[in-house]
Amino acid sequence: MTSARDEILANIRRSLGVTGREAPRIAAVDERIERAPRGVVPKRGQLPPEERVTLFKAMAEAAQATVEAVPSAADVPAAVAAYLRRHNLPATLRRGADARLAAMPWGETALEISVGPSDGHDLNGVSHAFAGVAESGTLVLVSCEDNPTTLNFLPDNHIVVVSAKDVIGDYEEVWSRVRFKEGKGLMPRTVNMITGPSRSGDIEQVLLLGAHGPRRLHIVVVDE
Amino acid sequence: MTLVATSPKFKENAARALADAQLQKALGNVRVGFIEKRLKAAERLPEFEALRDSARDIKNHTLAHLDLYLERYEKAVTAAGGHVHFARTAEEARDVIAAICTRLQAKTVTKGKSMIAEEIGLNAHLEALGMEPVETDLGEYIIQLRNEPPSHIIAPAVHLTKEQVAEDFRRVHTGLDKSRDLSEPVTLLGEARQVLRRRFLEADVGITGANFLVAETGTSIIVTNEGNGDLTQTLPKAHIVLASLEKLVPTLEDVSQILRVLARSATGQDMSVYTTFSTGPRRPGDPDGPGEYHVVLIDNGRSAMLGTSFQDMLRCIRCGACMNHCPVYHAVGGHAYGWVYPGPMGAVLTPTLIGVDKAGHLPNASTFCGRCESVCPVRIPLPKMMRHWREREFERHLTPATVRSGMAFWGYFARHPRLYGLATSLAMHGLALMGRAKGRFRWLPGASGWTKHRDFPAPQGATFQERWRKERRTRRAS
Ligand code: SF4
Repeated sequence: MTSARDEILANIRRSLGVTGREAPRIAAVDERIERAPRGVVPKRGQLPPEERVTLFKAMAEAAQATVEAVPSAADVPAAVAAYLRRHNLPATLRRGADARLAAMPWGETALEISVGPSDGHDLNGVSHAFAGVAESGTLVLVSCEDNPTTLNFLPDNHIVVVSAKDVIGDYEEVWSRVRFKEGKGLMPRTVNMITGPSRSGDIEQVLLLGAHGPRRLHIVVVDE
Repeated sequence: MTLVATSPKFKENAARALADAQLQKALGNVRVGFIEKRLKAAERLPEFEALRDSARDIKNHTLAHLDLYLERYEKAVTAAGGHVHFARTAEEARDVIAAICTRLQAKTVTKGKSMIAEEIGLNAHLEALGMEPVETDLGEYIIQLRNEPPSHIIAPAVHLTKEQVAEDFRRVHTGLDKSRDLSEPVTLLGEARQVLRRRFLEADVGITGANFLVAETGTSIIVTNEGNGDLTQTLPKAHIVLASLEKLVPTLEDVSQILRVLARSATGQDMSVYTTFSTGPRRPGDPDGPGEYHVVLIDNGRSAMLGTSFQDMLRCIRCGACMNHCPVYHAVGGHAYGWVYPGPMGAVLTPTLIGVDKAGHLPNASTFCGRCESVCPVRIPLPKMMRHWREREFERHLTPATVRSGMAFWGYFARHPRLYGLATSLAMHGLALMGRAKGRFRWLPGASGWTKHRDFPAPQGATFQERWRKERRTRRAS
């Protein structure tokens, strides 16, 4: 009995009129994967650094995120505490073990900080982004030992810190950076591209925020 | 639920839909929202048309090398610690999924929105095995409560009003305060969020579809606005990805091209809220994520479409734009099409998947206005393919003998005035909608001899017969 796999491949080859051993076809596939051509990249994001950050903020706000900038990483805890106060939210916060977050002076605030993945009972979570994409105001977060994926989805209020130097023009630049970090053909277990807070328009096409993921998305851009 | 195709009864379904006042009210939401939003998003991006070409070319290239990309993809998934399962048919796919769930002694199985899961009738199968499948996309959740199939591929509950949803929530969410206010979408959403949050946390297995599979890295991608797909795949012991063969693309760069046209075409967003790239299971040291990662690659008729005049249909990225712009869909909604896929894409795809003998009417559900092709992000020639089906149906003598020549076609309608009424009324409502903005057409498909030199006045949205009947009624009443 042929396996489902072999029969499916054989059917595809019969339909396409190929054997799967044609050298030019194999070369075309190898080349495409190796070279990963970029295609059409919108001009919109191709800007000098400062304007790129301005576009990133505008696009993120258009997607109903809120954005603020702070001069340095040391200013993040105070900004987060003030954000929670402004929205009458409890002074609790869960974060991953990410070294960049760990180095921030959380002790200077009255925030009650816990570390690790979320079990669904955290109101507020903070993560550090891998990058921000200016063309659509999109945050890129990658999972690893220190960056739990659950923090991106379970808390009601998600705060994301991104360095201004990591705000890049387009998705293609994200992949260059991922390959640089992981190696060609390798990916982190999860890459989350996040553009604004969770929403649904499923009832009468009325757009509402906070469907299953965070009701609020607040972005803190670190300028230094 | 087991989905028995009612596609053979398209005409009856359509007539019933036209007379359904609730449905007509709900469909009004499609007619206004989607079209405007897509147009604005497309206009904001100067490269939009070039990106559509790029998306089409990427899909064509992948289909022409599908066997090789599948092999590359399989290798990459395995290298990342995941498992690829091939399934020739819906039944094989159901068996693979059931075997994984049974081994893990799953009781609750959460599901992200997946059209292929609808196609293979997965929920009924899991239920028969004593497991509880829980749809987590808000629209899918609502229609699961109602035991209905989706009526739209990206807005499954678009045929319902908020009053209907409130009624269902009261019926199913027992144990909550009976006098609670459910009059607004926001309170309905809040209740669903609360109920489903518990289900996410107790699920044993999470099943999602995939918008794309990347051969380069062995990555599966889901695109959602709610975040339900992410909770579905992150929290349980195992994540099962269901995907038909044509979801493959070569590289991350290629996906990025297509993502730029997907959300804009679907909802008019520049990007959907969550685009998630998953590669294998939880890694050593990871604080969360699924312990197992499986991909079920489903053929179910796709390999046979390659090399035929329907190969182009395999480019479809399920954005829903074709139905959002279709006058027939606007008039009758998704359920009239009688199976999983509605609108123009369903009219082409359904006959290939369940047989032209059952779905032969669907390719006739068209005014051939050409709007679907003009908005399709991967430029699928939908009207041409509907015509292909008509020709095939003709050749196979499946149509009544009277419909086999042009003259006889009109003769048929002449002897069935109510059907003629339906067909022309669909066309008129469609034309009225398209011309409403300016009240005139500068170009009309099939009428270019006329519109080349003059504008064609847009109909008022009703045929002469309809207006005459309405007039007569009001006169009688007065
Ligand atoms: S046929 Fe084209 S427009 Fe219709 S759902 Fe598929 S990709 Fe979208």
